Amino acid sequence: MTEAMMPLWEVFIRAKAGLAHRHVGSVHAADAEMALQAARDVYTRRGEGVSLWVVPSASITASDPAEEAELFEPATAKPYRHPTFYTVPKEVGDM
Amino acid sequence: MAGVPFDDVLGLADDALILGHRLSEWCGHAPLLEEELSLANIGLDLIGQARALYDYAGAIEGKGRDQDALAYLRDAPQFHNLLLVEQPNGDFAMTIARQFLYSTYAAPFWRATAGSKDTTLAGIAATAQHEVAYHLRHSGEWLVRLGDGTEESHRRAQDAIDYLWPYTGEMLEGDNASLRREWDETVAGVLDEATLKRPKDGWMQTGGRLGRHSEHLGHILAALQFLQRAYPGASW
Amino acid sequence: MDDVARPPDDAARLERFEARVAREDKVEPNDWMPDAYRRTLIRQISQHAHSEVVGMLPEGNWLTRAPTLKRKAILLAKVQDEAGHGLYLYAATETLGVSREELVEQLLTGAAKYSSIFNYPTLTWADVGAIGWLVDGAAIMNQIPLCRCSYGPYARAMIRICKEESFHQRQGFEIMLTLSRGTQEQKAMAQDALDRWWWPSLMMFGPHDSDSPHTDNSTRWKIKRVSNDELRQRFIDATVPQSKYLGLTIPDPKLKFDKKTGHWRIGEIDWAEFRRVIAGDGPCNRERLADRQTAHDDGAWVRDAALAYAEKRRKQAA
Repeated sequence: MTEAMMPLWEVFIRAKAGLAHRHVGSVHAADAEMALQAARDVYTRRGEGVSLWVVPSASITASDPAEEAELFEPATAKPYRHPTFYTVPKEVGDM
Repeated sequence: MAGVPFDDVLGLADDALILGHRLSEWCGHAPLLEEELSLANIGLDLIGQARALYDYAGAIEGKGRDQDALAYLRDAPQFHNLLLVEQPNGDFAMTIARQFLYSTYAAPFWRATAGSKDTTLAGIAATAQHEVAYHLRHSGEWLVRLGDGTEESHRRAQDAIDYLWPYTGEMLEGDNASLRREWDETVAGVLDEATLKRPKDGWMQTGGRLGRHSEHLGHILAALQFLQRAYPGASW
Repeated sequence: MDDVARPPDDAARLERFEARVAREDKVEPNDWMPDAYRRTLIRQISQHAHSEVVGMLPEGNWLTRAPTLKRKAILLAKVQDEAGHGLYLYAATETLGVSREELVEQLLTGAAKYSSIFNYPTLTWADVGAIGWLVDGAAIMNQIPLCRCSYGPYARAMIRICKEESFHQRQGFEIMLTLSRGTQEQKAMAQDALDRWWWPSLMMFGPHDSDSPHTDNSTRWKIKRVSNDELRQRFIDATVPQSKYLGLTIPDPKLKFDKKTGHWRIGEIDWAEFRRVIAGDGPCNRERLADRQTAHDDGAWVRDAALAYAEKRRKQAA
């Protein structure tokens, strides 16, 4: 296959002020400006957002699903990080 | 009704319709999938502008002609669009150059019109100015990439600019002469960044605003108006 | 595939994978998955993507001739949506480790298929209505269950597509309604379009379940959630009353309402035609692919230019 590959970019949109950016998909573009425009033209046609991020897919470091146990299970074994672990007498009020 | 003349509003509507129509011809044939969406977005913006402008023109005329009567039932000599917008799509460089040269005039035009005393036109301009600002950005960035891309893209981009240059005088005639300075600066800046040569100003094509068109408009209208002409009076 | 001996490692992983899927857990891009699952998804999602892109051509054929400005804008937005759907689906396929360029090459060489329906010509404006009403109607039937597909990126793409698709069918039906209430010529145009698009639309659901080669794993792995025949029957039951409302006649002398089951029964589908069109001998197969090949070829210098420019800027910045 001789076709040169057009880089892939991941697209993140902030739907409105106050919300965080969410991943919505990807686009192909040769550079950042064209990636931004492509993301705007593809993913915001229905007023989906106020802010766009495009990131080269190759720049994303992802956790390995095979390491799920060592990365994420220890956190679930530390319930004392959650407010529901503690009992506060009703007389004390909201805490 | 005092204010902007019917013919002037009609000309603006015709510009938007014919250029939007030209862009719709790219559907299914664009050089990359993302660009299918971009060109369609520009086309939709322009058709939207055309509809609003035809509605207003019809209201000014006061003879009951709605947007479809104006778009589908006039012959070429009654159209007042610029010659530039009826030029064929050609290759992608030609389409981008045409969009860029037009948008470089339309962007400041709509920006200025947003402050018009004519409230309807000002309202249309308020939206159009942002739409065309984006069209200018999109076509300008592409022109730079084509001009400063490969040898082939550079040649095609230069050919396109050279071919369309004689059509750039018409939009800056008359009252629009006040836009010339900004037009010249923007064009010079982008052509320079694109490593493209600004053609020498020579004889400029004109006549579109007076209904004297190129051979292309007749063919555009033959397709555009076919159904309404073949089935007069039918509702669609 | 299940009979092939495999290392105990893989057998355990397969068991865990199938348990997850059975629990309605989603599978995400870097998760372990059986090769067959990956291959099936690549084939199915990319063929769906190809269908969207090729599907722009029959309707695009009427863009320049749309008979009112409103219809022109709506049709342009619809065809644009189809490009977008193709893009979302290529993006979902790429998460499985294949590039869009490879997928496009598969389409152009004929290695990958696309929905047979797009190999039929659009001969009148009524065809645009019929496509929206019938073809998009059939597609929606197929797509809603896919929103619950086990593979996360595909399910999410389908949810987005379904949201956008809802206006597609409505605009088609509205065109048919306008024509059926119009002049004699327009009514005849609408009936003629229905006559030509009805049976190919039914074929969109694929062969009878009993003749379908890919089904078992697809069902167990929650890629395919509802069978061909069941989807086809849902479509028929929804569409027949709509045709009566339009005052149009479905071109099937054997069409009959079965009071016992509450379903509409149809005559036999011409499977020979279906096989012929799938194999490449439909009215427009060669044209459609030729159009896509031309767009691809004509666009090469543009893509090259964009990449060359980006490379120049990178070198400058270095």
